[in-house]
Amino acid sequence: MAILHGRPGHDDLVVRSARVIDPTQGIDDLLDVRVDGGVIVDIGLNVSPNGHRVVEGRGLVLAPGFVDPHVHLRTPGREDEETIASGTAAAAAGGFTAILAMPNTEPVVDSAAVLGSLIETAREEAEVPVGFLAAITRGQRGEELTEMAELADAGAAGFSDDGRPVVSPGLMRRALQYHGITGRRVAVHCEEPTLSRAGQMHEGPVSAELGFAGYPSVAESVMVGRDLALAAYEEQPIHLLHLSARESVEELRRAQAAGVRATGEATPHHLVLTDEAVRSLDPNVKMNPPLRSAEDRAALLAAVRDGTISVIATDHAPHAAHEKDVPFEEAPFGVTGLETAFAVLNTHLVAPGVLSLPTLLARMSAGPARAYGLDEPRIEKGARANLVLLDPDAPWRVGDGGFRSRSRNSWLLGETLRGKVRMTVADGRVAYEAA
Amino acid sequence: MTVQLVRDDLLPPSDPPPRRHLISIGDLARDDVVRLLATARSFERSLEREMKKLPTLRGRTVVNLFFEASTRTSSSFELAAKRLSADVMSVKSSGSSVDKGESLKDTALTLDAYDPDVIVIRHPQIGAPELVARVTGAHVVNAGDGKHQHPTQALLDLYTIEQHVGPVDGLHVAIVGDVLHSRVARSNIQALALMGARVTLVGPPSLIPRGIEAMGCEISTDIAAIGSADVVYVLRMQRERMEAGENHVPSLREYTARWGVTPARLRPGQKVMHPGPMNRGVEIDPRVADSVDALIGTQVRAGLVVRMAVLYDLLTRGPVEIKAEATEEVA
Repeated sequence: MAILHGRPGHDDLVVRSARVIDPTQGIDDLLDVRVDGGVIVDIGLNVSPNGHRVVEGRGLVLAPGFVDPHVHLRTPGREDEETIASGTAAAAAGGFTAILAMPNTEPVVDSAAVLGSLIETAREEAEVPVGFLAAITRGQRGEELTEMAELADAGAAGFSDDGRPVVSPGLMRRALQYHGITGRRVAVHCEEPTLSRAGQMHEGPVSAELGFAGYPSVAESVMVGRDLALAAYEEQPIHLLHLSARESVEELRRAQAAGVRATGEATPHHLVLTDEAVRSLDPNVKMNPPLRSAEDRAALLAAVRDGTISVIATDHAPHAAHEKDVPFEEAPFGVTGLETAFAVLNTHLVAPGVLSLPTLLARMSAGPARAYGLDEPRIEKGARANLVLLDPDAPWRVGDGGFRSRSRNSWLLGETLRGKVRMTVADGRVAYEAA
Repeated sequence: MTVQLVRDDLLPPSDPPPRRHLISIGDLARDDVVRLLATARSFERSLEREMKKLPTLRGRTVVNLFFEASTRTSSSFELAAKRLSADVMSVKSSGSSVDKGESLKDTALTLDAYDPDVIVIRHPQIGAPELVARVTGAHVVNAGDGKHQHPTQALLDLYTIEQHVGPVDGLHVAIVGDVLHSRVARSNIQALALMGARVTLVGPPSLIPRGIEAMGCEISTDIAAIGSADVVYVLRMQRERMEAGENHVPSLREYTARWGVTPARLRPGQKVMHPGPMNRGVEIDPRVADSVDALIGTQVRAGLVVRMAVLYDLLTRGPVEIKAEATEEVA
């Protein structure tokens, strides 16, 4: 059973004279790339167009397509916020050629029936291939395991109770044991609920001043420590979702050094903002896990650079406007991110020299693909074309021209960013072209 | 490694635009506080006259929007607006469309249709005044938002201290009790620090929020730390905010034994304040509450003139001299 599902199709084209960067293969050169029937057939200088459409790549970067392993498509249940069609269109506009959707929908994706209907819809509607994670526990209630083996056979891309922790260590252990059968990654949202309890933002001087109940770093890191210990004991891989705290990064680094097959992810908002942003009381800077201190942000950046964190994921979490247009304390957690991820990281990390462009491209493509055991997008002869054509210098204002997502709860509304996606080719098909 | 700062537009602007609202003590500079307190003093003099009503805000509309039970704050704002001849409309959440599930934004927009000059809001959630300020054209005064801020309480406390103890600059104020759940504490720490007082927070570690010393105060878990203070400010044990199972203190009995403000723990002449309503016998001994050194009744009276000053200041933004003329009109 395939893991990724999308609308079928393939295109022919030649991208001429782009700066081709494929960090995993060490390519960084001005080259032409030809795609025949959705497959890369030639990479080199003066590649013959062979009658194909020619896309001028001068001044642009051609890279392996981005993979976002942490997206909330809100389907089924909240199609007013996002659908498979709108979410994958937003992904294509952000340069993503594959995404994974989280199962915390209404109902939860915890049965082969719900999963099957999503896969069917994706084959008709998805602009880029999408994989669906299934829940670890029934209804994500943390009480009993889902039928993980059957769900894997039905095409689950992995397992997660994202949005909630698996509170019981015993259940978490069983889920990891089942990885030995399914081979599909277990991805965990690390939060100890008696410590995060009612927390609205990071616990520290800013929460003390604003009066918010604090969600301390240790609420995340004790759960990270527990889950890494279980993964080590069961000798199974594990993926840690949206890490936010310095202590969590230290736990992950120690476990990796000890041989645990653990991967970790960070989001653009945790890499760019700190809890100081919450002073605005703007509900669009309210996320779970919360924005943390400057030291936490520095630790995440260092981990993204040295590869301890190999995955950048948006945690794209659409919310209806009326649900975010309330006092900060009442607003739900989560922000959108698919359409701004590359641009905001290019603007705030690559341009000032905090992160190199090839490292960013690797963390947005090969890193997430490997963490879930997916084929990594590659620019090589014979590979399916999963490509993104980027204009790293082009400025644009977030929100001008609207969003492809059905929701607009972006923390970047009105910001001017540098870096535009010109074209996305997903699984051989042109999925997006900038106007 | 150099870490970039947060987005520039989220940082406090270095040169703030003219003030439209009073949401946090952080909105005020020292000069603003000095002016507001001087205005309050001139109003206090005017209230000594037989005819207490001033024509100053005639034709202006003040809406009191209260989403939490309140006696002293809501009555004090209402009377303050009336003494200045403004039209006052008081809306409470119970018995209103809020009961029918209307959102705060829609309630605010509905009231905004009457074009009010000022909306005074009390709400259980942090960020509610900002939302009202964002969606209406009115000046917004925060009368308490969740555990965040209660700026007019801090101003009336400064006023009380200046009138009955002396200049705030250089005074030592101990704030005792449940700082964690207290918007009064947050506004007072900011206001006292702004005016040059030394502030010490005293209470159990579970009720002192981590990191709060960054606001410019000291912390002690020992009640003996109130000994050197000029003013002991007692906070209410907010039982209604102690969510079940949180267990911030093992028992009120133990709290009272360790941190209750009793005559034995005070020096003669130390002034005692409390924002009310008091839990006599819990955070404050009845003998302390009723002693000559307690300024608690004075605080309530100060609330009226300080709130008059806040409304006046937002709607006229004039220098304090104009206030003298305003009082002349009545003479």
